[in-house]
Amino acid sequence: MASSSCGGGSDRQMAAQHRLSIIAGHLQRPSGSNTAILAAECKAQASKPFVSSERRTVPRRRQEIMKWNGWGYSDSKFVYNKKGQAEFTGRRYKLSGMIIPGLKDWMENTFGATLQHKTTATPALNSSAVPPPTLNEAFMEELKSTGIPFSADAEDRVFRAHGHCLHEIFALREGKIGRVPDMVVWPNCHNDVVKIVELACKHNVCLIPYGGGTSVSSALECPPEESRSIVSLDTSQMNRILWIDEKNLTAHVEAGIIGQDLENLLNESGYCTGHEPDSMEFSSLGGWVATRASGMKKNIYGNIEDLVIHIKMVTPQGVIEKSCQGPRMSTGPDIHHFIMGSEGTLGVITEVTMKIRPVPEYQKYGSVVFPNFEQGVACLREVARQRCAPASIRLMDNEQFKFGHALKPQVSSIFTSFLDGLKKFYITKFKGFDPNRLCVATLLFEGDREKVLQHEKQVYDIAAKFGGLAAGEDNGQRGYMLTFVIAYLRDLGMDYYVIGESFETSVPWDRVLDICRNVKARIVYECKDKGVQFPPLSTCRVTQTYDAGACVYFYFAFNYRGLGDPVHVYEQVEHAAREEILANGGSLSHHHGVGKLRKEWMRETVSSVGMGMLQSVKDYVDPKNIFGSRNLL
Amino acid sequence: MTNTHKDFSQVGLKDEEEDFIDILEDRRHSSDLSFAFRTFSPQPYKVAPPCSTAELNRVVLESQFLRYVTKEVAVEMDLSVEEVQEEARGILGEMSQNLQLGFIRLMAYTFNKVFKRLYSSIFVNMEGLNRLHQATQENPVILMPNHRSYIDFLVISYIMFLYDIPIPVIAAGIPLAGMKIVGEILRRSGAFFIRRAIGSDKLYWAVLSEYVRTIVRKGFAPLEFFVEGFRSRTLKSVSPKLGMMHMVLEPFFKGEVFDITLLPISISYDRVLEESLLAHELLGVPKPKESTMGLLKASRVLSENYGCMHVNFGRPLSVRQLCEGRINRCQYNLIPRDLPEKPTAEAQACVSWLAHLVVRNQEQGSQISPWSLMCGLLLQVPTRVLTEEGFPWHQLTEKTLWLRKLALDFGGRLNWPDGVPDSDVMSSTATLHRGIVQCKAGRVFLVQQDEPARTHPVRPEEGVMKTAAAALMLVSYRNQCLHVFVRPALLATAMHITKSTQRDELLAFFSFLQDVFSYEFIFIPGESLQDFEEACRLLKKCGAIHANQQEVAAAQGGMEVLSFLQELLKPFIHSYQLVFRYLCEAESDILTEKEFGLAVRGLATKLLLTAELHTYEALSSDLQKNVLSALRRLEALTKLSSSVSNKFKVNKAAVKRIADMLSGKIPPLNLQASPDARL
Repeated sequence: MASSSCGGGSDRQMAAQHRLSIIAGHLQRPSGSNTAILAAECKAQASKPFVSSERRTVPRRRQEIMKWNGWGYSDSKFVYNKKGQAEFTGRRYKLSGMIIPGLKDWMENTFGATLQHKTTATPALNSSAVPPPTLNEAFMEELKSTGIPFSADAEDRVFRAHGHCLHEIFALREGKIGRVPDMVVWPNCHNDVVKIVELACKHNVCLIPYGGGTSVSSALECPPEESRSIVSLDTSQMNRILWIDEKNLTAHVEAGIIGQDLENLLNESGYCTGHEPDSMEFSSLGGWVATRASGMKKNIYGNIEDLVIHIKMVTPQGVIEKSCQGPRMSTGPDIHHFIMGSEGTLGVITEVTMKIRPVPEYQKYGSVVFPNFEQGVACLREVARQRCAPASIRLMDNEQFKFGHALKPQVSSIFTSFLDGLKKFYITKFKGFDPNRLCVATLLFEGDREKVLQHEKQVYDIAAKFGGLAAGEDNGQRGYMLTFVIAYLRDLGMDYYVIGESFETSVPWDRVLDICRNVKARIVYECKDKGVQFPPLSTCRVTQTYDAGACVYFYFAFNYRGLGDPVHVYEQVEHAAREEILANGGSLSHHHGVGKLRKEWMRETVSSVGMGMLQSVKDYVDPKNIFGSRNLL
Repeated sequence: MTNTHKDFSQVGLKDEEEDFIDILEDRRHSSDLSFAFRTFSPQPYKVAPPCSTAELNRVVLESQFLRYVTKEVAVEMDLSVEEVQEEARGILGEMSQNLQLGFIRLMAYTFNKVFKRLYSSIFVNMEGLNRLHQATQENPVILMPNHRSYIDFLVISYIMFLYDIPIPVIAAGIPLAGMKIVGEILRRSGAFFIRRAIGSDKLYWAVLSEYVRTIVRKGFAPLEFFVEGFRSRTLKSVSPKLGMMHMVLEPFFKGEVFDITLLPISISYDRVLEESLLAHELLGVPKPKESTMGLLKASRVLSENYGCMHVNFGRPLSVRQLCEGRINRCQYNLIPRDLPEKPTAEAQACVSWLAHLVVRNQEQGSQISPWSLMCGLLLQVPTRVLTEEGFPWHQLTEKTLWLRKLALDFGGRLNWPDGVPDSDVMSSTATLHRGIVQCKAGRVFLVQQDEPARTHPVRPEEGVMKTAAAALMLVSYRNQCLHVFVRPALLATAMHITKSTQRDELLAFFSFLQDVFSYEFIFIPGESLQDFEEACRLLKKCGAIHANQQEVAAAQGGMEVLSFLQELLKPFIHSYQLVFRYLCEAESDILTEKEFGLAVRGLATKLLLTAELHTYEALSSDLQKNVLSALRRLEALTKLSSSVSNKFKVNKAAVKRIADMLSGKIPPLNLQASPDARL
């Protein structure tokens, strides 16, 4: 393994023994071909990594563990078993191996999607369907001499040609492959990236940085009009924590590390970043910075822009970075803000220093049921006003509440199901909540035990003022677990003619209710208008609170049986929904970014002058458009 | 964009003629009491829960918008915020409705009694009701009937009650609230009351607009209001008022509701209850004050028959669809939405366009009676003939049947009974209106008013007034069918006056006529070209003209149609010329409205006596007002804002120029018509 040789150095750490055993285990695994040379190189130039990355999740050949035409790990997916019950396979998640009895009925009732109507996805990637690579021979020759690994293998290229937009996955399932990168290159450290970018400039090659591949903004799509050789720069092997500064509570990390590895590794030292976007299993630190990501627990830890102390980025003009790590500076516009949200158009983020925190002593989930969505939003607004939001607070609307219910795994004991029945009776009959209006907020508290309990009481007291009833830890915990498996559910949907996606926005408080209602209604209206035969699922939740507003997530899916071009219909509806969001004072994006999917609205979003500013930065930093993903601008 | 709304505005065309059902039929066979106690179970509004009167008023008073305004007013008036709040509460108390089902039952009971006596039938289109039924569950619904009679008020509520549709809250004029007992009954039947002259009373505007917006946002009940503002005294559509319309639409502009459904309703009467009252009002006899005693006294009118009433529920108009491309909702993104702000020019234009579109829909949905056609023809006969020797009945019948065909060709909705011989239709129509015309020995005469015996001989001026009342009643009933003919008539007039066959020239004159008569007939702003094309299409269809891309010319055999249409507009042209002449010849160029009215009436009377003027319409105060409004819009007249008595200043040269253009002496150069901005 690449970094195994530099791994065991941190014997000061409490967990060193433990980790050594893991390293031993990893050493026995078959490893990539030419890693040995690289390891030597990087070891020579880089300081010794503080925490090793031997347990990295993402191999160079992603196909070894991940689906080529769906979300996540190959071994984890929803299927209908022989009895016709939904089941989640694999062993990675809490839900893995469990039966989900309510899902089939929910699919039928919500979408009219029945077991009889199944689609078949192309089972395996057909390499002959992949267009042959346009290779820049001179570039390749020089690259070879650096020893940085690369590949022009069809599978490797296809894997890096897409994110997870609906149209991208849908096309893969149909076996349709468009323009894909001509080559993939795996730098192992900052200096490798410097070399690659130099060569790319020299030979006029187009570079598209690739981190975790979880983009939902068409940012990874190769511009079809690009005639140069396109090289996908996969940062996944730059995944070490280079040092941890316990005095200042910061960590210096290579940008290719993915979220779960970063947290796990820091946890071993007793720390965390607390940055947990829903995609954290697969998305990378560099990707977070490049798209201005937001984490579930931002109320305690902040969003990526609050977490980042220092960034190193390699651009065609050279390396950009600040000279010190002062916590705040008044030195003109913050150059970090040219980098954050640049979406791969200016360069490659290679190393990031970010804040870390001790792992919290105590964590507690919770949930509150409200009689209706209006009351729920009013409660969240009050929580924000009092600035007492827990680590996470999310409000689901009625449809999502029902959906969450449908995803309850089979209950093991009669007692639990009896309790569930009792709870339902209490809420709907005794408290008079209308099951078709009520909604639920899920909560996550973090900190030391005493403070958490105190905080919890404060939040529940506010909730009670808005008619909210505490509805238990289980509901809360399940809510958060679902954020990780929900992406898998789309693949199941697609097996049965259901397509859908989520999109987000941020909006001032006074418009939250209006935007939720109008966008949901617009989706229903547009579906009808575009000839969708079944009523769509159009639902939303408020996922983040701020002083002056909130982040709202919309989920939208429909059964496309009877439609000639379902993806086109889907795109038209999503487009209309975005127009509606903007007309209702919502932002173009809260954290997904713009990519190519939303760039038509950039000018009206940031004004012409704003566009000019961004363009002039691009023109200075990358005059030859080496970073030619054509995102954003 | 230009085509999209056409789908909505062409509601009244023949191909989708709907079935009307007489709702009085069943009522005649069942007890009024059991009707009043029928189970009323409307489908609830899906988007939001119901809202009580108290809750509605609380939300209005506590609104952020009102808080802003209250503070502003307190500073301006040097009052404490509490005092202003108290005043606002008082205004709201005076205004607010208090809808109670019990009173709807009482109203239904009373109306049952009254309607059965007054009308032989009340026809309602069931499909329209079904559409409305659906719409009330999905979006806030605005019921927008035309306003031709006091009966309009509450008749909709009566029908809603009958068909299990949520009872509307209705905007009414404050005089109604002043009626003893009746005011309170109306309030509890869902009426809310608006003062007549609000002027610049900021707090009043604020309370009213927030009240209206809250009703729309809550959506629990349809909101009914008369976009024409007041009862049309001439039975012709009135230029829409935009203030209320803006209040209603604002929640959509600001994203507070997903959509708003506008529902044009066309109420057509065979015979209008207050026909003679209206004619006298037009001649300057003041309208009696609304009072309960007055209402009881008027019960005499209840003993007569008023024929049929048609209530045509139009196609629901989606504000969202109509505003597509007309309003940029992002304009509200950067300021708090409840901050008191002047509407933008874009919003004003959109409101005006929609309001006109609704009125046009009302026109197209209205049912034209045979009587209206007859009036149109009788008015083309010299008045002296009608009063002295009479007009041959057979000739009138023949002409009416001819006109019926033309009206149908032009897409009018005719209320001509099926399966009855035409002669019976004609004679029963004449019988219904025996107060205006009488048939003697095969000839039709205009009925002169019987006045109490006088001691002194009748002065010639009084003779004019006597005939005028009857003539203006004919005018009013003719007006019921004007909207069908007005566009082709403008073209026919343009052809006649310009003597040109050039399409461009005709279009220019056509547009000029639209500008001059913009308060007389309802044209959707900015759609002059479409109107012109419609006129060409209709005249071509009935074979009156030949038209191609360059030329428009009279066809052989088209003279009958063309001259009928020209004659139809002549009273307007002559009356306007008369007013122009007066304005140009007046000694002063500063006039009050009152002086102006009296003087024009005097001049018209004089000219009628010397037979220099042939139309009694010049006597109509409504027409006089319309000329002034049009001239103001064309900037030939300016209102002097400082004065209390509605003084205005005349630009004689400009008036002269318009007069000359209208008579064809000089070609119409593009007039500076300022955009309609009366909010």
